[in-house]
Amino acid sequence: MNSFWNRFSRNKSAVLGLFILGLVVFMASIAGLIYPDDPFLYSRFPLSGPGVNGFLLGSDSIGRDVASGIAHGAKTSLLIGLIATLAAVFIGVIFGAFAGYYGGLVDDVLMRITEVFQTIPSFVFAILLVAIMKPSIESVVIAITVVSWPAVARLVRGEFLALKNREFVQACHTLGMGDVRIMMAEILPNCLSPIIVIGSLMVATAILIESGLAFLGLGDPNVMSWGFQISDGRSMLRVAWWICTFPGIAILITVLAINLVGEGLNDALNPRLRERN
Amino acid sequence: MNRSSKILRYVAKRLIQGIPIILAIVVMNFFLLNLAEGDAVDVLAGEAGSATPEYMEEMRKKFGLDKPLPVQLAVYLKNVVQLDLGRSHRHDMPVTELIVDRLWPTLLLMTSTIMLAVGFGILLGLFAAINLNTWKDAMISVFALITYATPLFWVGLMMIILFSIKNDWFPTSGMENSAAFYEGLDRVKDIAHHLVLPTITLSLFYLALYTRMMRASMLEQYGQDYVITARAKGLTERRITFVHVLRNALLPVVTMAGVQVGALIGGSVIVESVFAWPGLGMLAFESLFARDLNLLLGIFLLSSVLVVAVNLVVDIIYCFLDPRIEVN
Repeated sequence: MNSFWNRFSRNKSAVLGLFILGLVVFMASIAGLIYPDDPFLYSRFPLSGPGVNGFLLGSDSIGRDVASGIAHGAKTSLLIGLIATLAAVFIGVIFGAFAGYYGGLVDDVLMRITEVFQTIPSFVFAILLVAIMKPSIESVVIAITVVSWPAVARLVRGEFLALKNREFVQACHTLGMGDVRIMMAEILPNCLSPIIVIGSLMVATAILIESGLAFLGLGDPNVMSWGFQISDGRSMLRVAWWICTFPGIAILITVLAINLVGEGLNDALNPRLRERN
Repeated sequence: MNRSSKILRYVAKRLIQGIPIILAIVVMNFFLLNLAEGDAVDVLAGEAGSATPEYMEEMRKKFGLDKPLPVQLAVYLKNVVQLDLGRSHRHDMPVTELIVDRLWPTLLLMTSTIMLAVGFGILLGLFAAINLNTWKDAMISVFALITYATPLFWVGLMMIILFSIKNDWFPTSGMENSAAFYEGLDRVKDIAHHLVLPTITLSLFYLALYTRMMRASMLEQYGQDYVITARAKGLTERRITFVHVLRNALLPVVTMAGVQVGALIGGSVIVESVFAWPGLGMLAFESLFARDLNLLLGIFLLSSVLVVAVNLVVDIIYCFLDPRIEVN
C-alpha cells in the first residue's frame, strides 16, 4: 500500500486531481448542510448576478440559487457516474471473463454481441434508451451502463486470454477447482489493475454522458443536476451568463480531476506501461 | 493469388461481416420500439383526441399490430430492407424522407469538423513531438487534458456568449440567413459563416484526441531502426522528421479519424441542438420533445449504418495506403 502511494504521488498532477476530487466529494456530502433548502426552491430575486442578493454564484430565471444547484448536482453526477461504472464493470467482467476463459464458440458469440454494442453510436443509443424508458435516475444509469460495458469486456477478455494458460491456472486445474472459481478467485484478482484504471476513467465519461443527457432534457426531472442547470439557463444566455457558466465549470473541474486520478492510477498500477511512454 | 484480388476478397468478406451487425441493430430497434409504452395506434388516438376501443382495435388490425411478435418482426425487417422506416407522427411524413432531407447539413458539419480536427491535430501533435518535454509540449498536453474534460454543449454556449453576444462576430444559430435569400456564392459564404462556431465546438474534442495520437505516433516512429539508419547516412534532423518520420506517423492517425465517427454523431446531436443546426442531430432533439419514437429509431438506425460503412471504407483505404497490411 505504501509503495503504491509512493508511486501514485510521484505524479504531481494526479495528487492535485485527487485533492480536487476530494473537495467535490466533500461539497456533495455537505450540500444538504450548507444548502438545506430544496435546490428547486425559487425566490423573489430572479437573475441576480454573482454576489448580488446573497447569491454566491447568482440566481436563475425564477430565482433559484445557482450555487445550491451546483452543490446538490455534485451528488447526482458523482452517484450516477459511480453506479453506472460499477454496473458496467460488472457486466463487462462477466462477458470478458467467459469469452477469454472458454474461447471458441462462447468467445465468438460473446464478442459478436460486444461488437454490435461497440459499433452503435453510444451517445445516440443512450438518448434512445432514456427516451424509451422515460427520464429518471434509473433509466439514465441503465443507459450509461449499456453503452459503457463493451470496453471493459474487451479489456478483461484480453487479460483472461493472456492469463488462462499460465502455470498458476494450470495448478488450479490440477487441484480440481471449478471453472467459475478459477475465473473469479484466481484470474480476476490478477487483472484488477487495468480494470481499476479503465473504471476510474469511465466514471469521468459517465459524468459527461449524464450531463449531456440532462442538457437534452433527459435527466430525472425531480433531481438537480449540472446538465439540467445549463440547459435551463440556455434561454437566459443573453442576460445572465452565470447560470450556464458555473455548472459547466463544475463539470469540467470534476471530470478533469477524475481523469488526472485515473492517469495517476495507471502510472502507479502499471509501472511497466509507464516506462514504455 | 495476387494482391488486388486478395483485397477484393477482403472487401467482400468485410461486407458480409457487416451484415449481421446491421441486422442485429435492426432487430434490437424493433424490440426497443415494442418496449416503449403504447404503440402507434395509441399515439394516433392521442392526437385525434378521442377514439373508441373498437376503432383502435380495428386500427391495430390494419397496421398488423394484432399479429404475433415474430410476424411483426418479419414485416418490420421487410420494411427496413425496402427503406421504409415508418411514419413520423410529429411531421406526418415518412421517416426516410425526413432523414434524407436533414442528412446533408449533418454531413457538412461532420466533414468540416473532421478536416479541422485532423488537420490541426496533426500540426499540433507534430509541433509537440518536435518540442518534446519543453513548455510548448506541456502547454499542448494541458490543452488536451482540459478539452477531454469539457462538455461539448457548454463549450458551444460559451462560444455563443463570447463570439455572438459579447462580440457580434458569428450568428448564434441556424445554418443560413433564410430571410436574406442569398444565392450562389453569397449563399455559400453565409452558410460558411454559420458553420464556424458549430465546427470549432464539435472539433475541439477530436482535435485534442488527434493531437495526442499524432504526438505518440511520432515518438513511436522516432524509436524505429530506420531513423538510426537515416542519421547514420548523415541526413539532417529536419529531413528525418519531415520526410521519413512524418509520413509513417500519419497513417495511424488518419485511420483513427474513421473509427471516431460513431462518437462524432453523438457529438453532433449536442452541437446541433446548441446551435439549432438543422441536421439529423437537431431532428433527434426535436423528436425527443414530440416523443416521436419512430423518427428517433430511424435516426439511430441510420447512424449505426453510417458507422459500419465508414469503418469498412477506412479499412479498405488502409489496405491501399499501407502495403504492409495483411489482408487475410
